[in-house]
Amino acid sequence: MITDVEIPEPLAPLPGATVNTNQGLLQWISSVDHKQIGIMYLLMTLFYLLVGGLLALLMRVQLMVPTNTFLAPDSYNQLFTMHGTTMIFFVLTPAILGLAVYMVPLQIGANEMAFPRLNAFSFWISFFGGFLLYFSFLAGGAPDAGWFSYAPLNQTQYSASPGIDYYCIGLLLSGIGTVGTAANLVVTIITLRTPSMHYRYLPVFVWMVLIDAFLILAAFPSLNAALVMLLVDRQLDGHFFNTDAGGSALLWQHLFWLFGHPEVYIVVLPPFGVLSEVFQVYSRKPIFGYPFVVGSGIAISLLAFGVWVHHMFATGMGNTVNSFFAVSSMLIGIPTGVKVFNWLGTMYGGSIRFTTGMLFATAFLVEFTIGGLSGISFAIVPIDWQLTDTYYVVAHLHYVFLGGSLFGLFAGFFYWVPKISGRLYSETLGKWFFWLFVIGFNLTFFVQHILGIIGMPRRVYTYPNLAGYSSLNLISSLGAFLMGVSMLLFLYLLYDTLKRGKRAGDNPWDGYTFEWLASSPPQLKNFTLLPPVYSFRPLHDLNHPKIGDYQKPDEEKYGTKDVD
Amino acid sequence: MEQKTLIKLVVGSEAIFFLALLMAFVYFTYVPVLNPRVASSLDLNRTSLFTVMLLSSSVTFWRAEVSFRRGRTKQLRLWLLCTVVLGVVFLVGQGSEYSSLLSRQLTVSKGTFTTSFFTLTGFHGLHVLIGIVVLSIVLYLTFLGDLDDPDSALLPSVGIYWHFVDVVWAVVFVIVYVLPHFLTGHTP
Repeated sequence: MITDVEIPEPLAPLPGATVNTNQGLLQWISSVDHKQIGIMYLLMTLFYLLVGGLLALLMRVQLMVPTNTFLAPDSYNQLFTMHGTTMIFFVLTPAILGLAVYMVPLQIGANEMAFPRLNAFSFWISFFGGFLLYFSFLAGGAPDAGWFSYAPLNQTQYSASPGIDYYCIGLLLSGIGTVGTAANLVVTIITLRTPSMHYRYLPVFVWMVLIDAFLILAAFPSLNAALVMLLVDRQLDGHFFNTDAGGSALLWQHLFWLFGHPEVYIVVLPPFGVLSEVFQVYSRKPIFGYPFVVGSGIAISLLAFGVWVHHMFATGMGNTVNSFFAVSSMLIGIPTGVKVFNWLGTMYGGSIRFTTGMLFATAFLVEFTIGGLSGISFAIVPIDWQLTDTYYVVAHLHYVFLGGSLFGLFAGFFYWVPKISGRLYSETLGKWFFWLFVIGFNLTFFVQHILGIIGMPRRVYTYPNLAGYSSLNLISSLGAFLMGVSMLLFLYLLYDTLKRGKRAGDNPWDGYTFEWLASSPPQLKNFTLLPPVYSFRPLHDLNHPKIGDYQKPDEEKYGTKDVD
Repeated sequence: MEQKTLIKLVVGSEAIFFLALLMAFVYFTYVPVLNPRVASSLDLNRTSLFTVMLLSSSVTFWRAEVSFRRGRTKQLRLWLLCTVVLGVVFLVGQGSEYSSLLSRQLTVSKGTFTTSFFTLTGFHGLHVLIGIVVLSIVLYLTFLGDLDDPDSALLPSVGIYWHFVDVVWAVVFVIVYVLPHFLTGHTP
């Protein structure tokens, strides 16, 4: 029996939602609507992606030829610090929060987040945190001790400009916003699901966001504590990390990586969720092994807190500690590998549509596996000792952050842009962008593996004309410029979609989850009526009652049955 | 329900924050051996008195919640006022402790012990201050009738935070004041 349930809507409108929509910018600034805040998160991401990318291009110009004098050493230090900090804290983190804030209420059949005003507060405090970080350029110099700001380089005697103070305050503010949004998402997922959506029917993306939000709640306090300690050191002349006065440089590293390694999973788990949606819809099959996708996500989140010392093998922690963390780091490769097989299994035997979103998802499988393999090689302590602080690390981290997180986010962008904008993008432009970006990405970073192995250290503003160095760096720089060009194409694609894109129907991809039931773009009130949920593909059940999952036994519903 | 879940998550997150500050303090004062100056610089007896004040504010808050559930608004206001006053007394005690330490030149920049001590207890004090502000707002709201509805989640949510702040102090008190005193008392 199918009985629709009514979706509760707050009786009294919240402040902000009552502002007249003709008021343009003011309406956006005062909005507490989860969709508008999600879009603002994504716009902020795009802005910082361009800024952070520009910083990287400047570095690649400097490194294009040996003994270049385009940049002074101290400006180069500021550039790589700001590039890393921007990309981690103001691109990847807000991107996952933006997608989550936009999509989670839609996918669970809710009309709003649990705390709309907290949602707006969290966004704006993150937004101004980014401004404060960039204000350091005007205030006497940007932070220059790397995105992980190692002690004692982060102390005033080594970095006298106020850059690192701005780094502390900017990241503290955005960190508070991130924790606020994470708590908001958890409460939303726990309390606002449509009544028949049990946890076993939760879309995979929502599962990953739920796990991710717990990771954020547990990981960010370590960073916040480290940042306030650093502020005490710098502003009140404290001695937490000042090695000259009995402080400990290792304390900073422990606190930072106790946050920093989970952060890697924080920015990759929601893209895993995005990819799970993208693979199922474009392969016309339910995700292969739903319980394993979710279970491995939980396993990753738990293991994420037991691997941080692999960033510190070179500090001399002793063989016992090193061996423990080497094993745990290899262990975390297992649940990640499980997921890759889940996605391959989803594609296997499916009728695949290679839209731009699916192309990014497929490319993700290749690039992320490369990043995963180079990551496993670091878990082997002697290899880590040999390669630490070389371009091999740079190559590895870009393969997981770009090839992993960013490719997943791009897949999600192309998958959801018809829903968010109400318009279809041009597949031709999308495919041009995809190929340019993928080729540029591999040109830039693949050769850096070799550069690292032949000994080029990271974070040094120039290099001598040694055998192999010049040609490989030139290739890397050209690849970076190709990525830059592809980003211009992406901007044009975005403009073209919004200006000339064909109207997208409510469900252009024949999607499986409730966001495709709402109009494109969704109105202020997402849903009035929702059908009951009998599987994790509720909309597929509704649109295809003959082949719907709701009538199948569990092993078929969850795709764990063998395909002949 | 929603408010309480949110506060529980925030408190859980805050607990890890305090754990990090506490670990820093333990690392600097207990490793490799206990810094003997800790017990001699801190006044255990006076701080014990203020600790009792703060912990009893949890009891008065509990009484406030009972009055709230029974719908006795006047009692509720009285118990809330007691809670706020006890919180303020604790902060005054902390302030006087700080000023006596500073007058003996034990400043933040003196060494790793003072740096980690002031950061840990200072952030706890900040949380007490936030709690006092929030409790004062709740007290004000009782006059506007916001707490006449016994189903309101406001007071139980604030309670989770306030009890958390007290529990943090109980742990800090044991590790910063009691344990060093006890340990140095037995080793000459």
